[in-house]
Amino acid sequence: MTQDDIYTQLKDIIKIYLPEDVSVDKITLESHLINELNINSSHLVDVVLDVEDAFDIEIKDQELEEMDTVKTAIAIIEKKLNN
Amino acid sequence: MKKRVVVTGLGIAAPNGVGIPDFLKSIELGKSGIEHYSKLAELNFSCQIGGIPHISEEKKRTYFTDLELRAFNSSGILYGVVAGMEAVQNAKIKIHKDEPLWDMGIVFGTGTSGVEKFREAIYKLDEGKVRRLGSTTVAQTMASGISAYLGGKIGAGNKVTTNSSACATGTEAILMGYEHIASGNATMMLCGSCSDDGPYLWGGFDAMKVTTFKHNDTPEQASRPMSETASGFVPGSGAGAVVLESLESAQARGAIIYGEVLGGQVNSGGQRQGGSMTAPNSIAVQRCVKEALENAKVNGSEIDYINGHLTATIKDPVEIENWCAALGRSGKDFPYINSLKSMIGHGLAASGSMEVVSAILQLHHGFVFPNINCEDIHPEIAQLIDSEQIPIRKIDVPLKTIVKASFGFGDVNACIIFRKILT
Repeated sequence: MTQDDIYTQLKDIIKIYLPEDVSVDKITLESHLINELNINSSHLVDVVLDVEDAFDIEIKDQELEEMDTVKTAIAIIEKKLNN
Repeated sequence: MKKRVVVTGLGIAAPNGVGIPDFLKSIELGKSGIEHYSKLAELNFSCQIGGIPHISEEKKRTYFTDLELRAFNSSGILYGVVAGMEAVQNAKIKIHKDEPLWDMGIVFGTGTSGVEKFREAIYKLDEGKVRRLGSTTVAQTMASGISAYLGGKIGAGNKVTTNSSACATGTEAILMGYEHIASGNATMMLCGSCSDDGPYLWGGFDAMKVTTFKHNDTPEQASRPMSETASGFVPGSGAGAVVLESLESAQARGAIIYGEVLGGQVNSGGQRQGGSMTAPNSIAVQRCVKEALENAKVNGSEIDYINGHLTATIKDPVEIENWCAALGRSGKDFPYINSLKSMIGHGLAASGSMEVVSAILQLHHGFVFPNINCEDIHPEIAQLIDSEQIPIRKIDVPLKTIVKASFGFGDVNACIIFRKILT
């Protein structure tokens, strides 16, 4: 799976959690999930569960803490997929 | 000086009608909302029937976002939000995006919240998958989940809370809201109650053998309040909601006024004098009604209509006896009386609020809905009051002063009195 494939799938997951006033176009590699995309911080655990299901991986608490931007999320997923 | 409090909004999600227009039609016609549920049969329930509101996907999406509906599994919150939001819209209250409505509060009760969600969570937990519960298990299963969901949708900035007093919950919620406005602490209160549906809530009642097992093939005839052949209640679910408002605010807004809350009373029989966890102390019931009349400054002779608790168990004749004693009326002099439970079963924590909504609709439109399944009045009841006062067909009649009471497990009682305001 290429980084682009992961990015596309991740976008599909993230868009569900965007507040009404944030459009999907606002998602970029650099976007901060909470500060820029305004995702409710309590929903981050749901994003992670969706990611786990979509990629068939398990994300540890420590990694969840590091997942602050779209880019770091992709990096974590990629690492898991290659293991 | 206590502020005068009026009803300016109504909302409902009932087994025989979701939304006021449908519900009004159903109660005028005496339409039953009781159905057979095969799931209950599969689980070996004695009583395999129940009352569950039918909420369309469209209606769901009117009040919930896609995100909120993800992993959503709390039927009581669904019904409460549908009823509560209808009441707010019905009262034409403007919801602001930015600032909360500081003078608007919520008292929305329930018995338990999200039992299906809780079950789901327990299965995951026991498999060692606590991390798979997601972010909304708490909000869906906390008792105050319903007031929290509504609070956010409305932007209520006054007191936002959930009460719980078994089957007296709904009536008590409305009285709590009334007192909050009467004492000048808020201008508007959204009050009501909701209850989950389904086997995980109803199972305990089935085990107690207080539900009927005789009508699994004839669900619409199952709920028989005041009937000689009453054989236990039919479990129900749903939500009822009212917007209460100070009279001055309602008049200033030019709101539709459905009726005035004159007052009421909440008490307990202390599980003494024949009262118990499951049975009411009749002395307490009578005191509750009498004190409600006193608080409302109404004489028993002024009551035109009673919306009873009347569950279709062996206790119905005792309730009638208590009404006779508390109001000092019997025979032909007794007010009209009916029980919504004949059509929708016993909505448990939601019963009081759904029944209050039905009572206010009758007050506003001037009719008494038919008691269905009551062609054979219980002989002990027939001895106390005239059968004409228990209509089995709809009666069109102007009503001025009406009373509603609810009684719950734990020997708790609530009684509220409404009057039509002539404008």
